[in-house]
Amino acid sequence: MKFETPAKTNPIDNLKVVGQPIHRIDGELKTTGRAMYAYEWHDPNMRYAYGYPLGSAIAKGRIKSMDVAAVQKSPGVLSVVTTLSVGDLGKGKLNTAKLFGGDKIEHYHQAIAVVVAETFEQARAAASLIQVDYQEESAAFDLAAAKGSAVKPKDAGGAPPDSAVGDFDGAFKSAAVSFDGTYTTPDQSHAMMEPHASIAAWDDDELTVWTSSQMIDWWRSDLAATLGMEKEKIHLMSPFIGGGFGGKLFLRSDAVLAALAAKAAGRPVKVALPRPFIANNTTHRPATIQRIRIGAQRDGKITAIGHESWSGDLPGGGLETAAMQTRLLYAGENRMTAMRLAELNLPEGNAMRAPGEAPGLMALEIAIDEMAEKLGIDPIEFRIVNDTQVDPENPERPFSHRNLIGCLKLGAERFGWSERKQPGLRREGNWLVGLGVAAGFRNNLVMPSGARVRLAGDGVVTVETDMTDIGTGSYTIIAQTAAEMMGVTVEKVGVHLGDSRFPVSAGSGGQFGANSATSGVYAACIKLREAVAKKLGFNSNDVVFENGQVRSGNRSVALAEAAGSDGLVGEDTMEWGDLTDTHQQSTFSGHFVEVGVDAATGETRIRRMLAVCAAGRIINPITARSQVIGAMTMGAGLALSEELAVDTRHGFFVNHDLAGYEVPVHADIPHQDVIFMDETDPMSSPMKAKGIGELGLCGVSAAIANAIYNATGVRVRHYPITLDKVIGGLPEVA
Amino acid sequence: MRAFTYERAASVEAAAGAAASNPEAKFIAGGTNLLDLMKLEIETPSHLIDVNGLGLDRIEATPEGGLRIGALVRNTDLAAHETIRRDYGVLSRALVAGASGQLRNKATTAGNLMQRTRCPYFYDTNQPCNKRRPGSGCSALGGISRQLGVVGVSDACIATHPSDMAVAMRALDAAVETVKPDGTRRSIGMADFHRLPGDTPHIETELKSGEFITAVVLPPPIGGRHIYRKVRDRASYAFALVSIGAVIQPDGTGRISVGGVAHKPWRLDAADAELPKGAKAASAALLADARTTEQNKFKVDLVERTLGAVILEARG
Repeated sequence: MKFETPAKTNPIDNLKVVGQPIHRIDGELKTTGRAMYAYEWHDPNMRYAYGYPLGSAIAKGRIKSMDVAAVQKSPGVLSVVTTLSVGDLGKGKLNTAKLFGGDKIEHYHQAIAVVVAETFEQARAAASLIQVDYQEESAAFDLAAAKGSAVKPKDAGGAPPDSAVGDFDGAFKSAAVSFDGTYTTPDQSHAMMEPHASIAAWDDDELTVWTSSQMIDWWRSDLAATLGMEKEKIHLMSPFIGGGFGGKLFLRSDAVLAALAAKAAGRPVKVALPRPFIANNTTHRPATIQRIRIGAQRDGKITAIGHESWSGDLPGGGLETAAMQTRLLYAGENRMTAMRLAELNLPEGNAMRAPGEAPGLMALEIAIDEMAEKLGIDPIEFRIVNDTQVDPENPERPFSHRNLIGCLKLGAERFGWSERKQPGLRREGNWLVGLGVAAGFRNNLVMPSGARVRLAGDGVVTVETDMTDIGTGSYTIIAQTAAEMMGVTVEKVGVHLGDSRFPVSAGSGGQFGANSATSGVYAACIKLREAVAKKLGFNSNDVVFENGQVRSGNRSVALAEAAGSDGLVGEDTMEWGDLTDTHQQSTFSGHFVEVGVDAATGETRIRRMLAVCAAGRIINPITARSQVIGAMTMGAGLALSEELAVDTRHGFFVNHDLAGYEVPVHADIPHQDVIFMDETDPMSSPMKAKGIGELGLCGVSAAIANAIYNATGVRVRHYPITLDKVIGGLPEVA
Repeated sequence: MRAFTYERAASVEAAAGAAASNPEAKFIAGGTNLLDLMKLEIETPSHLIDVNGLGLDRIEATPEGGLRIGALVRNTDLAAHETIRRDYGVLSRALVAGASGQLRNKATTAGNLMQRTRCPYFYDTNQPCNKRRPGSGCSALGGISRQLGVVGVSDACIATHPSDMAVAMRALDAAVETVKPDGTRRSIGMADFHRLPGDTPHIETELKSGEFITAVVLPPPIGGRHIYRKVRDRASYAFALVSIGAVIQPDGTGRISVGGVAHKPWRLDAADAELPKGAKAASAALLADARTTEQNKFKVDLVERTLGAVILEARG
């Protein structure tokens, strides 16, 4: 099915199941420990061996030699596979640095060996015995130092790296009020709870991998390319994933090492990346330096807006597209954006939840707050004055649906925004208290997505798709979609995900998963409905599926009966026309935060958070809310503590564990509220839904930054906003 | 983690003897720090002496009116003990400010004193570290040092001791009781128990080979307001950037012990003497010899401000 024209009324609009607050159907499996994560698969008939990886101790250079003699004599060791012994391997299309193979070192903790032993402990102990002789090369690790050498790359995630409308320079110079600020965001880690892990087993020349992947088909393709084998010979399974946030979008070394280790040992092998590998062996969100310039009339109307961003990556890598949202978020006749890429030899930078917008809004939404203050206008009013219903760079192109103003107004009312005082004026005991607001914005992406839906003789509907559930609720919303389409309750629907034998889906990323994958299920269900109607001799145009019955005119047949003993199958892939080109599809939010800053120590503690989100139809308000509060929590971490600390001498992230890289704990997260605007977007899909998982993060950190300013009068432009950056501007301790 | 042999010690003397006879042996109690370090190949003992069964898990009154805390009393039990909460509040508060509930349930009193630094370079075996590989150099100097020491540091090491409990015990003038392999017993004051790094940062305490901690003794209660203020980026489950354990009397005199700034809980008589004059004076005395890095120089200011808040709280 191709979605080419705006959705009309369809069976989803019945909202008997879709849109309802249904608890996750996989919840019981997870809370009782029966959901099998990658490393936990256990077949008593398999003699698993354990692989432990070794990472490079240098950031750039080559390996002259490796001595594994001691390893081979170590107790329990079955085999040692080194990056030299496997020779040159292929590289996945979506990987920047090689995951394994050859003598070249591209970054710290790049995998250089895997030791296989009878037990995990034996493998780990033996891996430490490998002696490596390196030839180190000089390299660049400091973004600020490399900024001057940054170049304009070919593209910015499929778009041009620069854009310009009107005369930005002239308009900025002549603006009645202008603002020019530079901001930085640090390298950030996905820090998901489940580390990357794979089990590989060979059967002749066929390979099965149980892994933790957001994108089954991407992994399968890139694993085939890396190993130089046919994609069809690889079977990938990833039904449960303990968090990804973009860190599991692209094939990682655990799958490659497990496959090679299993081959060498002649046994199925389990490989999990040790926690310190997450920072330096896998990908991260690159640091940015951003300059934002805004010019406006005294009434607050923006006349010039410019956003430049610099980030770094390995040779052949890409940009952190932090200026992209500035092309779309606010009006203004004269505009420019420019993004530049420096070559750095830190580990590979790549997508992390809301790539581009998350760090972009961390800067832009402070700048908007600063400009509003300069203008003497309330920051919500300033955003409303500069709202746009069309793509400001291309006014012929309207937004499909945009209600940022509604989010901000409703949020202001619910949060008590009118009680906000001037900076530094509200004190409660030892606490300086402040309120902050920011707009959230994230584009709605769509991806082709396939599914197969079976109707069995017992009336049970089973969905199969290689879609993944990374903790987001995919199982549940797919069940809801199939239930709605087939006129049954969710209890009558089984959902099987994350298996490369199933139709290729959108996968989980870019907040495209929920809308795209449920649309794929919608398309497959249309096929199945047609098959049911045809079998019953019904006219498929007037057939109604409800309460487990199929009805046409005055005839009604139980769905189970219609299926017959052989059952029926519908399979299809949702494809997309040009509605995302003709209309700008985006999601919007208003984030509101109240913080307390300790007047003596400068410690910031969040007191209240509210997100008001406009993201089309909400398929399930419970799972959607979970996505948003999780994202708000991530935004709190990015604002207040998360920073991969770069050792610019040796080129690695030093704080490579969860004691050093501080993600929020429960005590950091206070009361969180989420409100969804009651809306649909018929341009987006038959589901009329849009993404929510990344929107929840976009703008949160800036709202916190703005609240800290309101509390203290100290403006911090460099994340994370730790106490050392605030303390100098606090009042004397009496 | 290397393969190791394991024994359960039958007595404190046997434990000390076993440790003295094998320089690669380590005592294990709660294991909350040692096991992590073994997994990372930072500690590589060939033999573990399990001391959990030695019955050192009691808190008893001393004839002098103080308390003797058995080496194996768990942090949770110590923090919750009625007399500790009533008469030694700074210790109870310091304990619950540390780690997490699960860790405190396992962690012991002696083990807490013996925990190793959290310097990130100590934790990466690829990097030079004088604590981990004596003579290899200090990566933290000139590296990432925001969390690290500002006073009592050396060219060989700027690591800090991560314990909250020890900071409070230093304020209370606690003493560490030990038994040596030859069976002799001694008492080491908290002031002397942890060493400054100097040229030998891998030697962290005054304990001799095989010497085994049996208890920590608290002197009789001294009254006053007991405050433990831990400053950190994250609200819980984070090591202190700076912490202050204080016992302040109604007349403004008192004791201040500072965590997060040195290789040991940092307390100076000269600073205690300045306390009645206020935070600025006391802090200046505490940090008179501070040697900071660009990344951790904020701690000087932070100590003064935090101490200011502590004094205000004490005046209540």
